[in-house]
Amino acid sequence: MASTYLARIDVMLKPLVNDPQGLAVRDSLGELGFGGVRGVRVGKHIEVTLEADGEAAAQGDIDSMCRKLLANGVIEMFSFTIEAAPEAVRAS
Amino acid sequence: MRAAVLVFPGTWSDSDCMYALERVGVPSRRVWHRETHLDDDELVVLAGGFSYGDYLRCGAIARFSPIMGAVQSHAANGGLVIGICNGFQILCEAGLLPGVLMRNASLQFRCQDVHLLVDNRASSFTQGLDPRHPLRIPISHGEGNYFADEATLDRLEDAGRVAFRYCDASGVVTPEANPNGSVRNIAGVLNERGNVLGMMPHPERACDSRLGGEDGNAIWHSMLESVGVSSR
Repeated sequence: MASTYLARIDVMLKPLVNDPQGLAVRDSLGELGFGGVRGVRVGKHIEVTLEADGEAAAQGDIDSMCRKLLANGVIEMFSFTIEAAPEAVRAS
Repeated sequence: MRAAVLVFPGTWSDSDCMYALERVGVPSRRVWHRETHLDDDELVVLAGGFSYGDYLRCGAIARFSPIMGAVQSHAANGGLVIGICNGFQILCEAGLLPGVLMRNASLQFRCQDVHLLVDNRASSFTQGLDPRHPLRIPISHGEGNYFADEATLDRLEDAGRVAFRYCDASGVVTPEANPNGSVRNIAGVLNERGNVLGMMPHPERACDSRLGGEDGNAIWHSMLESVGVSSR
């Protein structure tokens, strides 16, 4: 029986890929006086609500979505967590 | 020779491409992205713009449009395909060309003329170009920073698949001439077979001396000569 899940996905540039946005944010934080900042990387956070036959199936679906569309494997890597969707999310 | 200019939601350079093609004697038609057929003898043009608002990544959503299946088949059959600016981004996302176009290193949208060194003369698009004379063609993009891993770049260079590099007015490839941070100053790349070209600069916007230059026409002329049509 299908259940509703909420996947929280993070897509980040691979470590070796230059991130000019991150560098600009890092410099701005430094100018604001946050002298301890050593590095900033900017990525994307995506939340997907989906129905699937169990958590393993949801994991498989999300992994496939990331590989096909949500991340570009040339420059990006992804990670995600999956949980039972809260009632409010299910209704939306 | 005829051309099919693809139109995705957010494509904006289709009219410019049709105008430029008309000036070199190539009739063209617009093809909406929901269509699924392309003729074998057509030049397929993926024009500039912001398909699907550049949501997620430039070109990432357009690559799943129905017409892209026909583009894949067209390329596999040896048909000519050129992707300009957003079209280049779509071809990369579709896997028809290697690499990816990232945010400009400057974080600025750049709208300016650049000079291009012709680095490959073995393709349909470049065989008629003179490598001694850089082409002056405008760019207009925020995400044209070409990136691929080192192994891919070496493979591209070894196979002569870098079509164009950003250079100065005298044809020297320098960091200062690189408008967006592209690795190895790469402005355009070819697929393995040489029938698919992706480039960030807009040849269709350098098609008329009244508009500031006509160096872009050399690419269309080269392509026409490659298929045996004299256009000059």
